[in-house]
Amino acid sequence: MIPEIGQFSLILAFCFALIQGIFPLVGVWKGQYNLANTVVPAARAQFIFIIIAFLCLDYSFYVNDFSVLYVASNSNSQLPVMYRLAALWGGHEGSMLLWVTILSVWTMAVTMFVKNLPESFRIRLIAVMGLISIGFLAFILFTSNPFERLIPAAMDGRDLNPLLQDPGMVFHPPVLYMGYVGFSVAFAFAIAALMDGRLDITWARWTRPWTTVAWVFLTLGIAFGSKWAYYELGWGGWWFWDAVENASFMPWLVGTALIHSLAVTEKRDAFKVWTVLLSICAFSLSLLGTFLVRSGVLTSVHAFATDPSRGLFILLFLVVVIGGALLLFALRAPNVGLGERFGVVSRESLLLANNVVLAAAAGAVMLGTLYPLLMDALGAGKISVGPPYFDAVFVAIMVPGIFLLGLGPLAKWKKASLPDIGVRIRVAAIVSLLSAVLIPFIMGKITAMVAMGVFMGIWVISTTWVLLLNRIKTRGLAASHILGTLKAIPLAFYGMLVAHLGVGVFILGVTLVKGYETEQDLRMELHDTATIQNLVFRFDGATEIAGPNYISSQGTVVVLQNGKEITTLKPEKRYYPVQGSVMTEADIKPGVIRDLYVSLGEQLENGAWSVRIYIKPFVQWIWAGCILMAIGGVLALSDRRYRIGNKKVLAETEDLQRVVA
Amino acid sequence: MNKLIKSLLPLALFIIVVGFLFKGLYLDPHEVPSPLVGKPAPAFTAPVLAETGKTFSSQDMKGKVWLLNVWASWCGACREEHPVLMDMSKLSEFEMVGLDYKDTDAEAKDVLNTSGNPYKLVVTDAEGKIGINYGVYGVPETYLIDKAGVIRYKQIGPITKELLYTKILPMVKELQR
Repeated sequence: MIPEIGQFSLILAFCFALIQGIFPLVGVWKGQYNLANTVVPAARAQFIFIIIAFLCLDYSFYVNDFSVLYVASNSNSQLPVMYRLAALWGGHEGSMLLWVTILSVWTMAVTMFVKNLPESFRIRLIAVMGLISIGFLAFILFTSNPFERLIPAAMDGRDLNPLLQDPGMVFHPPVLYMGYVGFSVAFAFAIAALMDGRLDITWARWTRPWTTVAWVFLTLGIAFGSKWAYYELGWGGWWFWDAVENASFMPWLVGTALIHSLAVTEKRDAFKVWTVLLSICAFSLSLLGTFLVRSGVLTSVHAFATDPSRGLFILLFLVVVIGGALLLFALRAPNVGLGERFGVVSRESLLLANNVVLAAAAGAVMLGTLYPLLMDALGAGKISVGPPYFDAVFVAIMVPGIFLLGLGPLAKWKKASLPDIGVRIRVAAIVSLLSAVLIPFIMGKITAMVAMGVFMGIWVISTTWVLLLNRIKTRGLAASHILGTLKAIPLAFYGMLVAHLGVGVFILGVTLVKGYETEQDLRMELHDTATIQNLVFRFDGATEIAGPNYISSQGTVVVLQNGKEITTLKPEKRYYPVQGSVMTEADIKPGVIRDLYVSLGEQLENGAWSVRIYIKPFVQWIWAGCILMAIGGVLALSDRRYRIGNKKVLAETEDLQRVVA
Repeated sequence: MNKLIKSLLPLALFIIVVGFLFKGLYLDPHEVPSPLVGKPAPAFTAPVLAETGKTFSSQDMKGKVWLLNVWASWCGACREEHPVLMDMSKLSEFEMVGLDYKDTDAEAKDVLNTSGNPYKLVVTDAEGKIGINYGVYGVPETYLIDKAGVIRYKQIGPITKELLYTKILPMVKELQR
């Protein structure tokens, strides 16, 4: 009964999505506002029914209803409750339901928080989100129904993929989806603005916080995913450039460009065409990513040659949504004014250059991701493009971008002078150059790549510091008033500083772990020891333990420094009988300076095991950097001009900023 | 007018991408003629993976029919191919040499330790120099080389079970005569 309620709710939600997407657009067009005003109630009704459907499916997981095909394929009665609930997004159908649920959460938020916009603009905005929802609900109902019954019911379920049985799995997909589905709001703003002919400062101001929220989620989602790969896959990698990762990374790059471009549009009324195009692209890339991941075109060539209906459906949807958006863009963009002019050297021009770099980076990632498909389509065979391409191309493109990141915020709007910027960055440049030599020297090995990486990382951090000092100075520096001065600087400015700081920390983490990680693959018998750097690793054997739905061989590795125990690591090799698969659970002692990472390989003769020991210097900085970026986003959002209903403050803050800038 | 054309550019690009995606939905991997087929296999000498100081030369295989399989730990399609290679090695009809392309030794060893080693031996090509001579532009690729050291067949993309039994094994039998 419960699954049928879910199914029925989903159909009702689909009907409300039709109302939300179609009636209001017609209504605004014909000037019939009683028709157009259905938009908010329809959106809210849709939200309620989607939530009901979502809860019904999760309830079926909770009670182990194996008469539901999707539950039987992705869960098992032995699975711990937390994973049963998260198993909802463990497979294709449920992921799509999560997608559409999150879309309706965003829509609901838009209906609640977007006020003071011109009526026609606001209605179109919500209607566009309804149109997107129509597509996804139709996709679920017609090709990927999660409520399909299995008759007779299965005795037990086939279990959730053991790789996904991890706390990371509980949080990672919802956060990630919050991010890339969140770009639908910026997309809807762009489309509504194009329809309304209202590409102006108001549009940019309203789009900005929504984009930032989505970006914060996406940043965290990607970071979670990377961390999860790091401890779950058991070989210490944290980013693999595979199609699924790239699917979330491309929208992130474009979204980052969008955040910066929106700032220029809001403050200077410039870059409007570019900003609107980025808004369309960010969400289009999210959709493209969904297509790539869900249709299987990249991972398994045969899978959809036999049943291409799902892939075809998403592709058709892509054509309608993205094609329609780009067509509208093509028709309207020529009429959009250029906005205020700016000099060759100015904050605008530097931000534009940075935008181009980010877009180019996204383009390079897209090329690498689609290249195997292109070659295959051209009849040149199936190939794999891997990290060698991505590492080389991505770093080459991003280096100038990172350099600009240091300069941009220091330049003045409209027209800046190079000598002036030169004076300001003098100290930062010297500090960065010195660090590029000193840090590798301390670490014990100097290579060109490490020196460059350190230079970039320190460059970002030091220019960010210069920026803060400058800001304090322009406010008049008096030691007694320092706190007051710091308080008077808007939170948005701190947001930028912290996010940029995050980029620097991230770069340092990547550089140092790539340059100085060590790895040893050892055959260890009971009480064998291995000495790596100044640490001694002692293997104290492995014992069998039973988990809730697996059997595990748990090794004990004691780590000693100068004869003293500093930690004991317990890596596991787990066997999940339902799917018959073996998982490696590494054990990690994280640290600011380095991670100690131990995983178990194969069991060998005489009670010996192959043991893999990694020392990963500064690897935690990678995720710390991402978290700093996200905190930066949150700070920018907490700026008082975004507090709802505070129009006066909004105006004041802007005046203030004009004066300062 | 000019402006309109410029603003149509994103749409045009998108349509091209869609064309490829559409085709991608229906694609099958298929064999591609290579300019190297029928020509002598480029000779190389390279270090052997996991055996420090040891090298292997393609000349060592003179008089044998053998396969050169280009792979890497970072290559997803190779993982797909791996079980077929394992089956193939159990048939022991011929020898297969792995060429570990643009990879690190540690990661390559990892893959072989965890999922099994189908190769007689693996040589490393960390810089991709041997790959250039063979015209490798993607991984995996496999070359069937005859007794005289001539490339007889080239497979771009993973070897499937079907391909193994319908194409490679019959060709090997033919060449071994």
